[in-house]
Amino acid sequence: MTDTDRGSPYAPHTAAETRSMLDDVGVDDEEALFDVPESVRFDGQFGIESRSEPATRREARRTLARNDDLVSFLGRGHYVHEVPSVVADLASRSEFLTSYTQYQPEVAQGFLQALFEYQSMLVELTGLGVANCSMHDRATALGEAATLATRIRETSGSTVLVSDLVRDEQRAVLENYSHGGDLSVTTYPGADGNVDLDALADAIDDEVVMVYAENPTVRGTIEENLEGIGDLAAAHDALFCLGSDPVALALLEEPASVGADVVVGDAGTLGLGQAYGMGHGLFATREDFLRQVPGRLVGASTDKSGRRAYTLTLQTREQHIRRERATSNICTNQAWVALRTAMHVAWLGPDGLVELAGDCVRNARDLAARVDDIDGLRAPVHDRHHFREFVVATDRPADAIRDALHEDGFAVHAIDDHRLQLCVTDANEHATDRLVTTLEEVA
Amino acid sequence: MHYDQARWADDDAYEPLLVEKREATVEPDDSEDAPLPDDLTRDSLSLPAPAEPELARHYTRLSQETYGVTSGPFPLGSCTMKYNPPLLEDVAADPAAAVHPDRPVESIQGTLEVMATLQDWLGRIGGMDAVTLQPPAGAAGEYTGLLIAKAYHDDHGNDRDEVIIPDSAHGTNFASAAMAGFDVVELPSAENGRVDMDALEAAVGDSTAALMLTNPNTLGLFERDIETVAEIVHDAGGLLYYDGANLNALLGRVRPGDMGFDVMHYNVHKTFATPHGGGGPGAGPVGVVSDLSPYLPEPHVRESADGDFELYEPEASVGKVHGFHGNWLVLLKAYAYIRRLGDEGLADASAKAVLNANYLAEQIDLEIPYGPFHHEFVASAGERDAIDVAKHMLDFGVHPPTTKWPELVGEALMTEPTEVESRDTLDQLAAAFEAASAADASEREAAPQRTAARRIDQVEAARNPRLSWHALDGAE
Repeated sequence: MTDTDRGSPYAPHTAAETRSMLDDVGVDDEEALFDVPESVRFDGQFGIESRSEPATRREARRTLARNDDLVSFLGRGHYVHEVPSVVADLASRSEFLTSYTQYQPEVAQGFLQALFEYQSMLVELTGLGVANCSMHDRATALGEAATLATRIRETSGSTVLVSDLVRDEQRAVLENYSHGGDLSVTTYPGADGNVDLDALADAIDDEVVMVYAENPTVRGTIEENLEGIGDLAAAHDALFCLGSDPVALALLEEPASVGADVVVGDAGTLGLGQAYGMGHGLFATREDFLRQVPGRLVGASTDKSGRRAYTLTLQTREQHIRRERATSNICTNQAWVALRTAMHVAWLGPDGLVELAGDCVRNARDLAARVDDIDGLRAPVHDRHHFREFVVATDRPADAIRDALHEDGFAVHAIDDHRLQLCVTDANEHATDRLVTTLEEVA
Repeated sequence: MHYDQARWADDDAYEPLLVEKREATVEPDDSEDAPLPDDLTRDSLSLPAPAEPELARHYTRLSQETYGVTSGPFPLGSCTMKYNPPLLEDVAADPAAAVHPDRPVESIQGTLEVMATLQDWLGRIGGMDAVTLQPPAGAAGEYTGLLIAKAYHDDHGNDRDEVIIPDSAHGTNFASAAMAGFDVVELPSAENGRVDMDALEAAVGDSTAALMLTNPNTLGLFERDIETVAEIVHDAGGLLYYDGANLNALLGRVRPGDMGFDVMHYNVHKTFATPHGGGGPGAGPVGVVSDLSPYLPEPHVRESADGDFELYEPEASVGKVHGFHGNWLVLLKAYAYIRRLGDEGLADASAKAVLNANYLAEQIDLEIPYGPFHHEFVASAGERDAIDVAKHMLDFGVHPPTTKWPELVGEALMTEPTEVESRDTLDQLAAAFEAASAADASEREAAPQRTAARRIDQVEAARNPRLSWHALDGAE
């Protein structure tokens, strides 16, 4: 490396260059360029020691090695599928990684086309007319759906109705987003892992701006009442928002065909891998609501030579133009994760994606049957079809079983005193035999 | 030197377009081992089906049609487009980092230690007492900070529904305030481009929940009267919010906490070199003074008395702003960057960022109405259209500045070179400014010529929105 004048390893200035630049600017040193009153000056001592590159890498690796190496059978809203090597490799191309939001579309055609293709894939998967480039995650996408609902409805309302199976964390985010729009969030009860349509009919009234349900649910059950939910919502001029993910959408009923107005979910389920809950928020809606959509949209246009070209469009919805009247405050989103999702979907193709989704049903069914054969365990608890995961009833306390599994290298959910939940995908399917053997010993 | 960006869309070039090539349709019910009854499945699914080699070429070509920091200088004002060291990617790719968010805390002590360390470091850097890592982007950080301000005032029986924001602020400030349920009071700038103290005095009152401020502001100017600003806001019972977008100007010189700010967000994808990824993911941690720490989102990470790391719910938590724990992999990258640089590296990053902006400004023959500026300056294209200047700059292989904003400068070219450019690169950048400014108006209007696409028709894109493949069918 050249002899830079120290400090940041990523600032290329040699001491001589720094000197000549300071001379050009007409100051003695860099400090003279800071127009900061003495009274607020800081001495620069954060107490953070610099490390060399290898030492930084080693320290990070050593720290992360404190994480136990467990085979995860965890799901409940954060799912992982095997990411093809080619996806990770292509996504890490530095032009993608180091580019910015496409404010100069003429030099960002590649990323824009990739996002346009992502949007198109989600349009195909949801059957809805518009998909944006991404929201932060599933929970914030749900929050944005609620604020969309208040803008769409001609009469004001006061309530968002949410299935009682929705994770508390999702609901907590939704509540924050809803309060800004003076909405409250109310739960409607389910029945055996599905929506109870009668209970929903009792709960809904004309004050409801949106009804939210998930397919599959956080317990892995496949929702059988989607059309009924859509009809009830429509009858009360409320939006029907459906939570799902791109793998489930490849197999399960198409949201548009059951009356869904908005689809949200974690699209990072494809392309990203396990990331402590980081993902990216899928957001798709009907074309009628186009001008109210939050977030970035890529559109096709033409350039001066008459060729097809892509650009961010309808930006008058966005915060940098519309400020406090924008459809959302979102600026930085999860574009690079959307890129990875699109790559993974393209790699799978329709055959591969439908096959992967079918395996989510078959593997869950097979594992549940094997678990059900074990003394002291009954699965699945809900008499439904399942996707990826299912609930297990236990005779022994569930956390004792979870802890014993942990000792043997497995991570599973204990969702209450006598219930476990297991999630199986292509990422852990190879370990199901060992899991079953261990469960036979500890259950 | 001659620049031409790759362009793979010519009619006679080989074009492995994902869209039209080898799309296939699948009917889920057709498979021999149909997983579900018909009434629970969709009818069919049509998607492209490229073979892996085609996929590799497709995305490689798309990357070649994308300009990033590794392509050349990227002086996009307010965005801090610094080099993103691959070291950060390496650290984040550690398989040990790939954990599920519901893992029991005793099984993810490494992850929690990284988070606790990053919280601590960010606190030191910002002069804040506590930091949450949960907000997934800068705007999400603003929103979180304002939720905290709201909860604080509610708790103290204060009915305060106004947030004051200078007219030169980032658009997200206004939108975040509205989303958090506040009314926005816009503060006009003084003639020197800074906060107008009389206007501020007039704006604050019993309804003031907070003043949001970027310092240095979007003109690159340090608000020299910041202590008085803090006094005015605090005397009125309001809180002072720091928008961390421009923190790269101040590392090691002055800390938001020392200036009197009560709550702030950090943009780790700006200041701490995590890649922008074409629009995210970023992360927007929020720092607060101790009075506000009970309101932080849950769960929060802390080190327990026995040295283990745990998650807990702060006593008056505002709840959640992300479904899980935020953008973990991005946070991990920021941790690696801060550790790599340490005190001296961080201070030097700001020194060189400010030096580079000042040096570049010296080499450019355009009016820069406001100063002294720090890490960025706003030049005026004068009689020229700033967008035309920017588009012509693209032809010289550099990325142009942010255009037409802030509006305090006519035909603004908001320029932030960051610390990662050498003197030679800055000279080339200056030459591109000069060439684009000196060209005939007709040349500028015809620009860009050497990019993957020529000037794109924005009006057509908005008037006739075509947002998916379906909209392209038969359209051309």
